[in-house]
Amino acid sequence: MKKYAKTHEWVEINGKIATVGISDHAQNELGDIVYVDLPEVGKEVKAGESLCSIESVKSASDIYAPVSGKVVEVNTALEDAPETINKSAEGEGWIVKIELSAPDEVDKLLDKTEYEKLLEGEK
Amino acid sequence: MELKKTPLYEEHKQLGAKLVEFGGWEMPVQYSSIIEEHKTVRENVGLFDVSHMGEILVEGADTLRFVDYIITNSVTDLKNGQICYTPMCYTNGTIVDDLLAYRFSDLKVLLVVNASNTDKDYKWIKEQSKGFRVSVSNQSSKYAQLALQGPKAEEVLAKISGVKLSDIEFYHFTTGRINGIESIVSRTGYTGEDGFELYFDAEAAVTMWRRILDIGRPYGIKPCGLGARDTLRFEACYMLYGNDIDDTTTPLEAGLKWAVDLDKPRFNGKDVLVEQMEKGLKRRLRGLEISKGIARHGYKIFAEDKEIGYITSGTKSPTTGRSLALGYVEIGYSKRGTEVEVEIHGKRVPAKIVKTPFYRGSVKSGK
Repeated sequence: MKKYAKTHEWVEINGKIATVGISDHAQNELGDIVYVDLPEVGKEVKAGESLCSIESVKSASDIYAPVSGKVVEVNTALEDAPETINKSAEGEGWIVKIELSAPDEVDKLLDKTEYEKLLEGEK
Repeated sequence: MELKKTPLYEEHKQLGAKLVEFGGWEMPVQYSSIIEEHKTVRENVGLFDVSHMGEILVEGADTLRFVDYIITNSVTDLKNGQICYTPMCYTNGTIVDDLLAYRFSDLKVLLVVNASNTDKDYKWIKEQSKGFRVSVSNQSSKYAQLALQGPKAEEVLAKISGVKLSDIEFYHFTTGRINGIESIVSRTGYTGEDGFELYFDAEAAVTMWRRILDIGRPYGIKPCGLGARDTLRFEACYMLYGNDIDDTTTPLEAGLKWAVDLDKPRFNGKDVLVEQMEKGLKRRLRGLEISKGIARHGYKIFAEDKEIGYITSGTKSPTTGRSLALGYVEIGYSKRGTEVEVEIHGKRVPAKIVKTPFYRGSVKSGK
């Protein structure tokens, strides 16, 4: 099941591995994405800290790690086709896979209904 | 402070535009996608609402003498019906604004200035006009301005034009009816493509806007926002005030010598610019190609571990696919092919000085 961070990233948990991307709402806000500064495999990240940056035509945006752990895989397909995030932010446009170091953190994230409520509030 | 709105605000909302603040105005940044809108202008034709631009009218016996005193280029050298691009300098040679000067006659010149600078410019021009026999008036709210840009612009506009567009040369204008609405029509733009800018009564804006989108449909016309306007002007290496030029830079440093007429007896900033010419420039605005990532305004440029300049504009160029930037670099590092580094998110990445403009479109002439 997908969970969302207030900072507009999503995670999908599969055992100890969390797949992370940005929400469809976030890609729509950013507009045409032209570059993803992918982190290195092996990088240790902490929930709430910067994971990497995404560049749209107009600006750079920080993407925050929704969970803590170690980056075990990055979506290298984004190097040549960053626009995949615009086309499929919550599917093929995933950004990294993180091996969870504190699985409890997942409980603090929002479920889809709560996230949609948050978006309503931002309008 | 409440944001200003153009007469087309409701049209933009209905078309689903994403609206952003720009220079005190609430403006459409994109309707569909910046890249799509960019390509539409390069390949077909796009329509921009640029009604936020300011129009300042100078009239009176000393018009030419006065305008040539405040700008670096020359309206005295123009024919009636001709336009020049020009910086307007402070007495220290830095830039108040860059603008287009439309010469109607030796008694009337219209200055089209940047939206965010309109009030500052009007105040400055008014102050400078003391002792000249001119009247200066801010006409900005009276005009709507549309830019129709792209290789198919002339074909589209010809369908509703009461003036013969093929007679209007690059950087020239005429007045007449477009869609039955009295307009100023100039062959100008900020995209590097051929095209026209129209100025007319703000009350006719909605009618004109809808009509052009309607007749342009068979040509693939799209409404285009400020996002594409910025990427298009960037590829053509047209200056953006506040990014590439401002009150800390001079026209010579920015490579605008072609718009500085040093033969004029006097004009604001002349002494400093002459001195810069004589002593040589310390830095120049240059094009850079970035090897990895995207350089943005304010990022630092290094060479041999020394800071040698900063980026003024940068993005991934939609037409060429290259990550490009403009930036000021110290003389000595400004030759084409020089290897430098740009600090992007704390990391220095290799970059190289490259030729400008980055792209030449269908625009009829270089200058």
